[in-house]
Amino acid sequence: MSQTLPISVTVNGKAVEKSVEPRLLLADFIRHEVGLTGTHVGCEHGVCGACTILFDGKPVRSCIMLAVQANGHEITTVEGLAASEDNMHPIQNAFWEAHGLQCGFCTPGILMTLVPFLEENKDPSEAEVREAISGNLCRCTGYQHIVDATLLAAKKLNEVAE
Amino acid sequence: MKPAPFEYHAPTSLEAALELKAQHGDDGKPLAGGQSLIPAMNFRVAQPSVLIDLNHVPELRHINKPNGAVHIGSMTLQSTAEHDALVAEHTPLLYEAIPNIAHPQIRNRGTVGGSLAHADPASELPVVALALGAKFRAQSAKAERWIEAKDFFAGLFATTLQPDEILTEIAFPTKTPRTGYCFTEVARRHGDYAMAGLAAIVELDANQTISAAKLVYLNVGDGPVDAASAAASLIGKAPDAPAFKEAGRIASQEDMSPYGNVHATPEYQRHLSAVLTERALAKASEGAKAAK
Ligand code: FES
Ligand code: FES
Repeated sequence: MSQTLPISVTVNGKAVEKSVEPRLLLADFIRHEVGLTGTHVGCEHGVCGACTILFDGKPVRSCIMLAVQANGHEITTVEGLAASEDNMHPIQNAFWEAHGLQCGFCTPGILMTLVPFLEENKDPSEAEVREAISGNLCRCTGYQHIVDATLLAAKKLNEVAE
Repeated sequence: MKPAPFEYHAPTSLEAALELKAQHGDDGKPLAGGQSLIPAMNFRVAQPSVLIDLNHVPELRHINKPNGAVHIGSMTLQSTAEHDALVAEHTPLLYEAIPNIAHPQIRNRGTVGGSLAHADPASELPVVALALGAKFRAQSAKAERWIEAKDFFAGLFATTLQPDEILTEIAFPTKTPRTGYCFTEVARRHGDYAMAGLAAIVELDANQTISAAKLVYLNVGDGPVDAASAAASLIGKAPDAPAFKEAGRIASQEDMSPYGNVHATPEYQRHLSAVLTERALAKASEGAKAAK
């Protein structure tokens, strides 16, 4: 019988308590145990960035962390961004308006990478945006519209702040 | 589930961690940031039977400067060191190198000690540690010792840490007078494994000639590659373009034997290493002139 451990994780502000095998990856915990399938898994070895979430407010790849390591920590997934179904986060609106996605597979990881980036960089240059998303692979867009959407998001966020 | 089953321990003190390491030896794999180990476990290339998660050991996370060196606890996050004032002020080479380690998402989990103990020849920190002559503190339940960087790396993904030892701290010597530093690398995509790169250190004497030099390269051998003959060729010379070019030639043709990889042939790695040597030496020399 394999070992299971009780863990308690705050997911998008709600406490979640489960018993898990130590080898369960955090990405699989989020998708299969918590049922939040917005966090995507592409490569499952830390290369594509699709599984990026916020761990205590910082972007990390959830496919190369164990769920047991999130015990006592706070995580935010893409589902935690919008205030409600018809009130999206400014960055989500910007991606919608500027066609920052096509198939959308990479989008959750890109959003979770960019939210903290834009908090720290109010007025990023195109080069800075490209560097910020260098750890996220997109097979569809050619990145140009992602960059456009990010610059638009920066503008929107500044407007909200004013 | 991707990784094979293992027994999981999350000790909350160094004493408990060392006890577990003594008990499990080579079977007990320390889990630091997991940014290399967990991918390997997902592929089942690595199947440790026991994981000793060091993330809850408070003694292993610190940065301080007791005397002549910046001491960094092995479990300090790379992103913490990246934004640390002591690191920025006293160890400019380390400060310049850290942003080259993978992507921000990785540096938010990856640790300074984890990367060094993993000893990937393509990684940045081993090169910096060897160039600076850093010291590694290895502790076991019974004893502790300090290992010189040149004695720490033991080939591909190998170190001289013993089965009952854990790397607990690394001491990076602080910058010295009239000395300049440069870290540079080239990757196909920002944050990917570099095809070539190096750490260069240049010391000038009162007459502005080179009195000491160090050149250490990544991804062109079984570990960080110390180009000793290239560095020796610089001694006594003026810091000028012909001297840098000659050092680049010696380093790339005589001091290294790159294997090549999917992104670059061995010849291309030599070419990049030579060009980067010239740039790094020029920048380090400027730094040395400006340094008091
Ligand atoms: S699924 Fe995690 S980085 Fe690709
Ligand atoms: S939109 Fe399809 S992968 Fe990015």
